[in-house]
Amino acid sequence: MKITPETRWKELPQGGIIPEAGNAEQYITGSWRTFRPIRDEEKCTNCLLCWIHCPDSSIIVEDAKVVGIDYDHCKGCGICAEICPPKIKAITMIEEKRG
Amino acid sequence: MGNLISMEGNQAAAEAMRQINPDAMAAYPITPQTEVVQTFAQFVADGRVDTEFVTVESEHSAMSACVAAAASGTRVMTATSANGMALMWEILYIAASTRLPIVMALVNRALSANINIHCDHSDSMGARDTGWIQLFCENGQEAYDSLIQAVRIAEHPQVRLPVMVCYDGFIISHAVECLELLNDKEVQKFIGEFKPVNSLLDISHPYTFGPLDLYDFYFEHKRQQIEAYGPAKRVVVEIGKQFATLSGREYGLFEAYRLQDAQLAIVLMGSAAGTAKEAVDRLRANGLPIGVLKLRAFRPFPSEELTQLLSRFEAVAVLDRAVSFGAAAGPLFTEISSALFASNRRPLLVNYIYGLGGRDIDIEDIQEVGEKLKKTAESGKVEQPFDYIGVRK
Repeated sequence: MKITPETRWKELPQGGIIPEAGNAEQYITGSWRTFRPIRDEEKCTNCLLCWIHCPDSSIIVEDAKVVGIDYDHCKGCGICAEICPPKIKAITMIEEKRG
Repeated sequence: MGNLISMEGNQAAAEAMRQINPDAMAAYPITPQTEVVQTFAQFVADGRVDTEFVTVESEHSAMSACVAAAASGTRVMTATSANGMALMWEILYIAASTRLPIVMALVNRALSANINIHCDHSDSMGARDTGWIQLFCENGQEAYDSLIQAVRIAEHPQVRLPVMVCYDGFIISHAVECLELLNDKEVQKFIGEFKPVNSLLDISHPYTFGPLDLYDFYFEHKRQQIEAYGPAKRVVVEIGKQFATLSGREYGLFEAYRLQDAQLAIVLMGSAAGTAKEAVDRLRANGLPIGVLKLRAFRPFPSEELTQLLSRFEAVAVLDRAVSFGAAAGPLFTEISSALFASNRRPLLVNYIYGLGGRDIDIEDIQEVGEKLKKTAESGKVEQPFDYIGVRK
């Protein structure tokens, strides 16, 4: 069954279970973010330290190169900006615009 | 017809567990429960059960392992007491909310501080809101019988909740009594095969257990869980009746002892119910119309049933073996008075706290409660709504 925010209590599976696996991806935790990491492609050396340290697997890598950031799941913790080598500083944290 | 044998309450509990032969057990020893786990561990070592016995470093881990094993679709049992169960507290909620049919023997013991290994009901009462079904026993026979019934109650498709079978530390757990055991085949036939509804190991139907559940679904899940306790009341009675056809011993939500023509009643739980029955017999011999209501199911609490039964009485004394600090009365009294308030006719109610930390309660103590109750009924008003039995003044 498809569970939606309209699903009534009687219709939910018992015990708070979700009758499928691997669904954490559907929860858009990016909406929690206060600071957004912005990556400068020119400065980035693809050392992948940000990819190793990101707690939300939000650094998107293809063929050993960083190709972007998954803003649907990045919570803006800033670890990527912090871990980026001081001589490079390819990632800056910019406050999200609200409203 | 079973076999008559003399044994301690804890041995009887371990014997019930051996006959149930659960798939998994995770437990940590604590006085006065120790003998249950120790005896069962011996059954495992001797190959008399097929149980996967998980030794753990704490009760928090014991209950966590039970939750995981139950979510994997297996029949799970454990046992604890007092501070041990206090350490399980967080996981007790998870077991009930995830609707896992774990059965636990809770050997009632006082909570610290100061350290006390003897009986009171403060451990059970601390866990009353966790979502577990709580059945209280008067003696070792009831502990044995209730553990077997608890498996059926917990696993019933309309219930699917964990059950704790509560029996008094030392008074029941370490006292030798003559009791009647069923044979292994009868127990196996009665409990049947466990058919899990969802299993973590069912890889063709993967499930997510215990996910993040915020303001958009949590309330609906709690609303749904509340519904399980209505059927649970019916199932406790139904399984109790089925057990009677097997054993000749019938169980329900409570036992009414000499209440039919009584105008006064004493309400209590656990081993002191036996003491109260003897006190009532003596008071009856003196012409006092008094009886005992021994509550078996504290959760689900039989509000409607008790209101129906007790509303016509003139005066009722509720005896609590636990304190709710800062509350106006003991936890059992609060439940009973709350239930009766819905009735337009209700008895005069008094509350006593007794037996904390294993303090003895005698037949004479309860006789005195009965005599005072008579005076309350005659005067038509409650002079002292709250008192203690057996504490030095």
